[in-house]
Amino acid sequence: MTMLADLASIAPDATTAPFWDACRRRELRLQRCSDCGAFRQPPSPGCPHCGSARGDWPLLSGRGTVFSFTIVHHAAVPPLAADVPYNVVVIELDDAPGARLISNVLDVAPDDVSVGMRVDLAWDETPDGVVLPRFRRVTAER
Amino acid sequence: MKDRACIVGVGATRYGKRGELFDENPVAQIREALDAALDDAGLTRRDVDGFATYSVEKLDPSVLAPALGIPAVNYSSMVHGGGGGGTCGAVANAAAAVIAGQADVVMVYKFITQPPHARFGAAYGSAQVAADPLSDFHRPFGLISPAQFFSLLFRRHMHRYGTTPLHLAEVAVSTRRNAMRNPKALKREPLTVEQHQAARMIADPFRLFDCCQETDGGAVLLVTSAERARDLKQKPVYVMAAAMGGDSLWGQGLTSQNQPEDLYVSAGHAHMAKRLYAQAGITPDDVDVALLYDHFTGMVILQLEDYGFCKRGEGGDLVASGAIRWPDGRLPVNTHGGNLSEVYLLGLTHAIEAVRQLRGEAVNQVPDAEIALVTAGPSNLPSSSMLLRR
Ligand SMILES: [Zn+2]
Repeated sequence: MTMLADLASIAPDATTAPFWDACRRRELRLQRCSDCGAFRQPPSPGCPHCGSARGDWPLLSGRGTVFSFTIVHHAAVPPLAADVPYNVVVIELDDAPGARLISNVLDVAPDDVSVGMRVDLAWDETPDGVVLPRFRRVTAER
Repeated sequence: MKDRACIVGVGATRYGKRGELFDENPVAQIREALDAALDDAGLTRRDVDGFATYSVEKLDPSVLAPALGIPAVNYSSMVHGGGGGGTCGAVANAAAAVIAGQADVVMVYKFITQPPHARFGAAYGSAQVAADPLSDFHRPFGLISPAQFFSLLFRRHMHRYGTTPLHLAEVAVSTRRNAMRNPKALKREPLTVEQHQAARMIADPFRLFDCCQETDGGAVLLVTSAERARDLKQKPVYVMAAAMGGDSLWGQGLTSQNQPEDLYVSAGHAHMAKRLYAQAGITPDDVDVALLYDHFTGMVILQLEDYGFCKRGEGGDLVASGAIRWPDGRLPVNTHGGNLSEVYLLGLTHAIEAVRQLRGEAVNQVPDAEIALVTAGPSNLPSSSMLLRR
């Protein structure tokens, strides 16, 4: 069963659709400023660094490092009682400096999650067809 | 703005556990708090001509003014944002209005109560909250509640600076000690470090006593010009400086987790701190008591750093030294018991406590307190804070 299935609905708009469309193709793409090259996440109509409205969506490797994490023990709402404890991680991606992705690491014990842990993309499709970028721990770099 | 507006009256309803006041009429609750504030100030309802509030308040002057017997409205405003980020911003708006001559007496007000199905802590997890383009980047991954958002910031602080859960315990225990002497506080049972460390985990590293209560109640502050304040019943409490905002790159930092690392390991208040001290012409050493918005113990530590009471990364050591304890610490913090142990009214009680300290009438009085720092809740932009003096 998909983790956190109860929360797995999305409502993209024109600004965020390129991210989610790419996910459906199993491609991780983040928005990058076409003028100064800074990544911005979540996607936005303007670059916070240079003010440019232009952006492109480069394909990323999916490799990254855990920047911070929490282990959620208290189910904030009753339907999540079956999901706790679960991890939430904030990931810095190797090829998208300055941007972070919020996600989960699959198949890892709570005690094994740590800051600095290396992770790799693991696509997760929900029963409703939402494709979420989740991650797996990398034990040995290829 | 410096010293040109004053808080001249404060009042509150009775404080209740979450849901305890749900059947009360919110307008009647605001009236109860207003009447207490008017009595405190020596003013009448006919003197009030302005409204300032925050946090998506539904009660506006169209309902309040007639029901409260306020003859005419000359000013009304609300600070952006949910949660407790706008408390001091609402006071700042009130102060700006009376200084500009738009209104004579502005009431800063807030009443909160919650039905059982909609508690704040559930936040983005509630079934009533629909998916939207921005929450799509955190909600599907189970990042839905304030405790979780802030736990991530604090975890990085622990990693970078060696801050520990025992530092969190010191904030919880110190705050509880203050509440135990406050008859209005809702949590007055003793709390030890051992109990803190043994309590159930909410969002690691935050345990139960690292998270504030959710409670019911309302409060009103009355703001008028310094000239008018001099003729009123109480010693005026001057707004030395007020700030509302933050660094643009903080932005949606709480929910997006994308602020640059130096901001990430903070409460997002450093920008406002600089402005406050510059406006007031003082330094952190001049602050006698700090009322820091304590939705989570860890954010008290990060705010101590943001406001320059120690260097970045030294907040844990600062609290471990006993610095925030009343009465012997060098900077007593949350002498009323804070959101953690007194009551959670989205921060207005921190302003009330500052007023009491500066009048010399606090339960846990800091001797000869002259200057108080009050902060609103660290949150997405804008947050707010202010310096008050007697
Ligand atoms: Zn740019």
